[in-house]
Amino acid sequence: MFRNQYDTDVTTWSPTGRLFQVEYAMEAVKQGSAAVGLRSRSHVVLASVNKAQSELSSHQRKIFKVDDHIGVAIAGLTADGRVLSRYMRSESINHSFTYESPLPVGRLVVRLADKAQVCTQRSWKRPYGVGLLVGGLDESGAHLYYNCPSGNYFEYEAFAIGSRSQAAKTYLERRFESFKESSREDLIKDAILAIRETLQGETLKSSLCTVSVLGVDEPFHFLDQESIQKVIDTFEKVAEEEEDGGEAQAEADAPVEQGGAGDQDVAPMEM
Amino acid sequence: MTFTIPIDNGDSVKNAEADSQRTLYPYVTGTSIVAIKYKDGVLMASDMGGSYGSTLRYKNIERMKAIGKHSLLGASGEISDFQEILRYLDELVLNDNMWDDGNSLGPKEVHNYLTRVMYNRRNKFNPLWNTLVLGGVKKGESYLGMVSMIGVSFEDNHVATGFGNHLARPILRDEWHADLSFEEGVKLLEKCMRVLLYRDRSAINKLQIAKITEEGVTVSQPYSLKTFWEFQAFHNPTAGAQGSW
Repeated sequence: MFRNQYDTDVTTWSPTGRLFQVEYAMEAVKQGSAAVGLRSRSHVVLASVNKAQSELSSHQRKIFKVDDHIGVAIAGLTADGRVLSRYMRSESINHSFTYESPLPVGRLVVRLADKAQVCTQRSWKRPYGVGLLVGGLDESGAHLYYNCPSGNYFEYEAFAIGSRSQAAKTYLERRFESFKESSREDLIKDAILAIRETLQGETLKSSLCTVSVLGVDEPFHFLDQESIQKVIDTFEKVAEEEEDGGEAQAEADAPVEQGGAGDQDVAPMEM
Repeated sequence: MTFTIPIDNGDSVKNAEADSQRTLYPYVTGTSIVAIKYKDGVLMASDMGGSYGSTLRYKNIERMKAIGKHSLLGASGEISDFQEILRYLDELVLNDNMWDDGNSLGPKEVHNYLTRVMYNRRNKFNPLWNTLVLGGVKKGESYLGMVSMIGVSFEDNHVATGFGNHLARPILRDEWHADLSFEEGVKLLEKCMRVLLYRDRSAINKLQIAKITEEGVTVSQPYSLKTFWEFQAFHNPTAGAQGSW
């Protein structure tokens, strides 16, 4: 995308019918670190990569609990993500207070999308620079949605956003047909495997990822490091047995990749 | 809507204006509602009277209405406030339907919404002068609850409003049990309504029974109960109390 004379204002159309500011906001999502979501009939798993600014700092939180039955993973400007999570929590708790019953996730997602749309049609505002993977329950079971800075939202069986998410998406595309009937454990395993794809050769450790689950009889919660490591061990071991020599080679190559160009270009506010 | 808590500053005109903006007394009122859970859902009974003070003025008032697909609302108290509540619920149900997303408001949600409305109005010293009974069935589960004009709200297996609390509840406490059949339930409600007819001066002998099940709501046609006035005690009612005192 090149700089052009139609991209200064979010309220200026280009001659080809595009709103460049909105599209640039969607670029911000692509720069954030990866997050994936998958759902079965009864469960939703959200997972994200933990990237810290430096070795001295802690990593930013990218997955938030909205309510017992709704969770959200973000990619892009985390500050915008936090504000929207607060809005979602507020909507959810207001509904619970008035109706003593959980807000159906589909209705929350529409309100979120309408809120994002407002920012694409006011000259004194800017679009939110964050993509949200919203997982939650309603009367018809478990759902996963993706909310875009443009104000669009889509429902997915599985999706990945953020940097190097294409690798995760390719993995999910191969396997998504089985997700609907998946068991909770298989769903978690697939989520971690999808995260692994985005790491592109870096060794998968439980400290590198955050995983959260929610289900029909299971309120939203995070998996602790031990449980994540156990799942990683089940398939890392298999991989080791299969590719004895290959693994050693990959490990040697990994350090070179870690300092790669992609990370250094990431602006401090986008993680 | 403005209101002032009446302070004695001699400005009775201002206070009168403010007072006319809020409910002080009820005018046209409905009497008891009695409702019970039964095997397939909920049964509710009410008469069709609207009293204007001590005059039995209106005799064709339907005090039970279906709300959405899953709920039935019965009201006693000020009829115009009941109509206002029906307008609120109409809007609520309409917006719920407009989502068109497979989710729908169940009786629990409606009951809680009403509780919030009633309590908020009470806090503003401008109550909706009703006691509401909300019954319904959703996904096989029966629900029966009540909200009063001050926002007191609870659920139970059988509820009644007004005089029904004093005359019908004791009967229900003795004779209600889980999984009543439809016929048993109607008989039990008729027994309660008959007592109310004898003893509640604002009751009239024209009642409806409504039932709500998973399939939906049906409100019966109005009908009358058989009464018996040949009890010995009615022959000479003042026998035990001669004289002016």
